[in-house]
Amino acid sequence: MARYLGGKFVNIIVSLLILATATFFLMKAVPGDPFTQEKAIPPEIKAQIMAHYGLDKPVWHQYLIYMKNLFQFDLGESMKSSNRTVTSIIADSFGTSFKVGIIAIIVSVIIGVYLGMMAALRHKKFIDNFFMFIAVLGISIPSFVVGAMVQYFFGVKFQIFTVAGLEGPLDYVLPVVALSTLPIAFIARLTRSTMLEVLTSDYIRTAKAKGLTPHAILWQHGLRNGILPVVTYLGPMTANVITGSVVVEQIFGLPGLGAYFVESITNRDYTLIMGITIFYAVILMAARFVTDVLYIIIDPRIKISGGVVKK
Amino acid sequence: MKKKLLVLVSLILVFTGVLSACGKSGSGSDQTFRMNLTTEPPSLDVAQAQDQTSFTVLSGLFEGLTRMDKDGNIIPGVAEKWDVADGGKKYTFHLRSDAKWSNGDPVTAHDFEYSWKRTLDPKLNPPAPYAYQLYYIKNAQNYNIEADNPNHISDPAQVGVKAIDDATLEVNLENPTPYFLNITAFFTSYPVHKSAQTNANWAAEAKDYISNGPFKLSTWKHGDSMELVQNENYWDKKDIHLTSVKFSMVKDANTELSMYKTGKLDWAGKPTGDIPTEQLAKFREEKNPELTIKPIASTYYYNFNNEKKPFNNVKVRKALSMAINRQDIVDKVTKAGQTPAYGFVSGGIHGVSGEYRSEVKDDYFKEDVAEAKKLLAEGLQEEGMTSMPEFTLTFNEGLHKEVAEAIANMWKENLGITAKTEVQEWKIFLKNRQSLNYDVARAGWGADYNDPMTFIDMFTTGGGNNDIGFKNADYDALVKEAYATSDQQKRVDAMAKAEKILIGDNQAIMPIYYYTSAQLVKPYVKNYVVDFGGNIDYTRISIEK
Repeated sequence: MARYLGGKFVNIIVSLLILATATFFLMKAVPGDPFTQEKAIPPEIKAQIMAHYGLDKPVWHQYLIYMKNLFQFDLGESMKSSNRTVTSIIADSFGTSFKVGIIAIIVSVIIGVYLGMMAALRHKKFIDNFFMFIAVLGISIPSFVVGAMVQYFFGVKFQIFTVAGLEGPLDYVLPVVALSTLPIAFIARLTRSTMLEVLTSDYIRTAKAKGLTPHAILWQHGLRNGILPVVTYLGPMTANVITGSVVVEQIFGLPGLGAYFVESITNRDYTLIMGITIFYAVILMAARFVTDVLYIIIDPRIKISGGVVKK
Repeated sequence: MKKKLLVLVSLILVFTGVLSACGKSGSGSDQTFRMNLTTEPPSLDVAQAQDQTSFTVLSGLFEGLTRMDKDGNIIPGVAEKWDVADGGKKYTFHLRSDAKWSNGDPVTAHDFEYSWKRTLDPKLNPPAPYAYQLYYIKNAQNYNIEADNPNHISDPAQVGVKAIDDATLEVNLENPTPYFLNITAFFTSYPVHKSAQTNANWAAEAKDYISNGPFKLSTWKHGDSMELVQNENYWDKKDIHLTSVKFSMVKDANTELSMYKTGKLDWAGKPTGDIPTEQLAKFREEKNPELTIKPIASTYYYNFNNEKKPFNNVKVRKALSMAINRQDIVDKVTKAGQTPAYGFVSGGIHGVSGEYRSEVKDDYFKEDVAEAKKLLAEGLQEEGMTSMPEFTLTFNEGLHKEVAEAIANMWKENLGITAKTEVQEWKIFLKNRQSLNYDVARAGWGADYNDPMTFIDMFTTGGGNNDIGFKNADYDALVKEAYATSDQQKRVDAMAKAEKILIGDNQAIMPIYYYTSAQLVKPYVKNYVVDFGGNIDYTRISIEK
């Protein structure tokens, strides 16, 4: 087990190095720099600013300096927001994205799994068809449409919730709805199809034969197996949702990380681009790592010996 | 099951109702003004700021030696009075004794000297991008530019600004600069508290922030919101009615509008927000009383690449410019009440006694399709071409696409020529434009200060913002002539002649329209000012509900 996890960990570090390197050189290959702007800064002043940030050095030299700092966990200063470090920008904005994202994930899993199971239990009945119709809608309507719609109806028209911002707990409702529509639909369909398979399998028949209550069969035997694909999906989805959705954050005016993703690139804020990319990659890889561990815990069929997974 | 669900739903509804009722606090007529900044101000350090968002916040937090009243006239700020000597090259400012910082310290002439020299310091961390706004001061440029500058001055004492005592600031200029008192009202000239010497990050968070204006920074939630509250130490406190100014940072224009409609904002639109084009057209149509539209000192135009064939030919440039219908563009495409432009200097800029644009008419050319056709044929012949080659019209994202397509259509219909339209990512676009890697490109210019020079000196040979390859010795000489004198009549005459060379004789650029600034303002917001450049002065607002 330890060797298996250790191997995964080394894998993560190597991937991060490759990613940081590729991003660095790609970013430098794009025309423009942080100080190109409509009202051009006089070239002599610009040269002094470029030199201040080390941007006058050859790209490989800049790369070495960046990597050296990175190994000391120093992500540098933002070039657009002078006086602010990349770490403080990420720390400030990730909190918001994380809070909204985690709520959205919990809501998605509870509602999605519940809908999926209900649909599976009433296979080919009205509830099944109805839930699956809703799920198709949920998957095909993009989050910015859902966001704009709920904002218009519940924020502007009926004024039940505030239009934008996160001042009170209720302000979370609309962004969470917008963020969780797709995952709910996706999880519901995943759960339904796996549950249909599980419910017809041998061990469920055995459990029924043993005289277990339908309740116990469903929750103890059915769900445990039926939820595995959801766990697989949950890893990347969590990473995705907690790091902030650009669109949803824009619509609801949330001070999250998502907006900085896009802005840092538009601004050519090199240090911030690198910082956010690496941060996002770390979150994604950590989520996958946790997924792997959860797999071992949930699925008793997965056994690990000598660092290899055997199924 | 159904019963449970029903109970659950009703519980949620009741809960929601109770909580939202709690959320609504009685607003009454509390003196709070709320507007949207759209983004986080990149910097609230006087030396680092260079954009409208930062400026909007700073203008409430600071006060310069001078400031502008609601009509754009210069009035005393921290300086009570001033003397001008040496043919307009020496200014002596006498500071008021009751000006105080938000922490209670007196504002002295030393604070201004410190701030300006700090901005000009080539070793500032990072060097100040807008330092050139202070280059009017003697030796400022040579002190500021260190690298590859044989004339570099390393001794800050030689820079032409000196505090004689706490209440007297002496400033020596390079040239007579009649608009220098506008510069002292500009944010690059605000004072900085000496504590910045030991606290380099003084402007990064609200807690260490010291300012000398009508308001002080109370909270700053990065990327989310910001609140300014009244500075009880401000000398002119009696004229300040607002107790709080709340800025939100909502990026989506539709959301901003929804917040305005639901009473979460008192102001929507320019200068730091935006009203979506279609919505704006609707508000104009229904004559919404909360909508105000005001011309501002900015011009929308197209760059011709004056170095590239066939745009190096003046007849070709004139033909393109004369073959479009500007009124149609502002009526049917941009829809914010803009005025067609036939000159470069926009309205709202001072001339000799009144507005420059009413003293010097922008009748340098007329739209005339027949004449345009003739000029195009002649121009192409002069260049040894038989027909207009296909060329590209480049622009950045936004409404510029619609404008470009309309213009390309007009060229097609009126001249039978084909312009490809191409949208480019902002920085790539700028890079291409600055390195003259284009045929025709969209451009816009807004005034930095209230004088035609803010437009005119842009196209001098080799100028930093001359991104059209325009080289004209007569033009350069006229700009120099205007620089060298403080006689406003002579200056305006020289600048008018220069503008005629640029537009009338050469059509080096193609003016399209003068910008407007559109905003929705709640009727209870009184005494706000939108200045010539479209900037808002909210400091003297009162809320009268």
